[in-house]
Amino acid sequence: MTNGFLRVCLLACLLAVGGRALAIDTVAAFADPVLQHRYEAINRELRCLVCQNQTIADSNATLAQDLRREVREMIAAGKSDDEIRDFMIERYGDFVLYRPRMTAQNFLLWAAPALLLLGGAVAVVRVVRKRSQEADLEPERPEAGQS
Amino acid sequence: MLKLKFIVPLLLFVALGAFLFVGLYRDPRYVPSPLIGKPAPEFTLPSLQDASYPVSSTELLGQPWVLNVWGTWCAGCRQEHDTLLAIARQRTVPLVGLNWKDDNAAAQDWLRQLGNPYAVVAEDREGRTAIDWGVYGAPETFLIGPDGVVLYKHIAPMTMEAWNTEFLPRIEQARAAAGSKT
Repeated sequence: MTNGFLRVCLLACLLAVGGRALAIDTVAAFADPVLQHRYEAINRELRCLVCQNQTIADSNATLAQDLRREVREMIAAGKSDDEIRDFMIERYGDFVLYRPRMTAQNFLLWAAPALLLLGGAVAVVRVVRKRSQEADLEPERPEAGQS
Repeated sequence: MLKLKFIVPLLLFVALGAFLFVGLYRDPRYVPSPLIGKPAPEFTLPSLQDASYPVSSTELLGQPWVLNVWGTWCAGCRQEHDTLLAIARQRTVPLVGLNWKDDNAAAQDWLRQLGNPYAVVAEDREGRTAIDWGVYGAPETFLIGPDGVVLYKHIAPMTMEAWNTEFLPRIEQARAAAGSKT
């Protein structure tokens, strides 16, 4: 039984360490680890539009391969991460981003948690005030004198 | 005051429900193109039939034209082919093909066997022009105005209904606008 437990632990460790090695390219795109890291990070932020619930880092659809090629070439050409993101947005729209930007159209969505919290706070304050007012009034009621 | 306490949450609930209800019937595979209303990305690519003959988007300026993205590997393209042939027979606008990441011989065979609806076909073997146009799944069909601005994008196999209701009115409108300028 301990043997089985050890095996599971070993497997978990290998999976945890090996995750990085499971990148979809057969060969690393860059010899420079810094560039390779940027390349992988950007790929993980871009949606593959053919297989919409995958990033282009996860997908092996031809479009994802082509988009990875574009990212690789832009990094090699010295483009910044923002320039690469803008390139993708210009062509595929905001949907291509896995981490959406705040725009005029989705502002309400971004603000919704804060607005709901604020609304809840206002409601709580009003209820508490009302109750404390009611509590203050209680001694004046005739029943209060019976005790 | 008491009424407001019930009406406001009710209205909020109805509004949320309406958003979600509309969302139920929207196709997540349809991604609106950010190119609509913007200048069409330019390309110069070899012709499918003759690699020495370049097909350039700038040559098409001055008239409305249609760009159809297709490939022999794409089932939807086979499905829409007869519609494209019918549209080509109308001779309204030039129908330009963008052969996307395809095998040249297979694509030429396809056109020989099924008929060629295109005025000209550009070969995008590398898929770079398709990326410039924000293509993510063939078939896709773009309408470009005489001034080189993208007017409309149809994602999915072409249908006569889409042609009649979405393309033709825009073509007429673009022609009228271009005519009034000169």
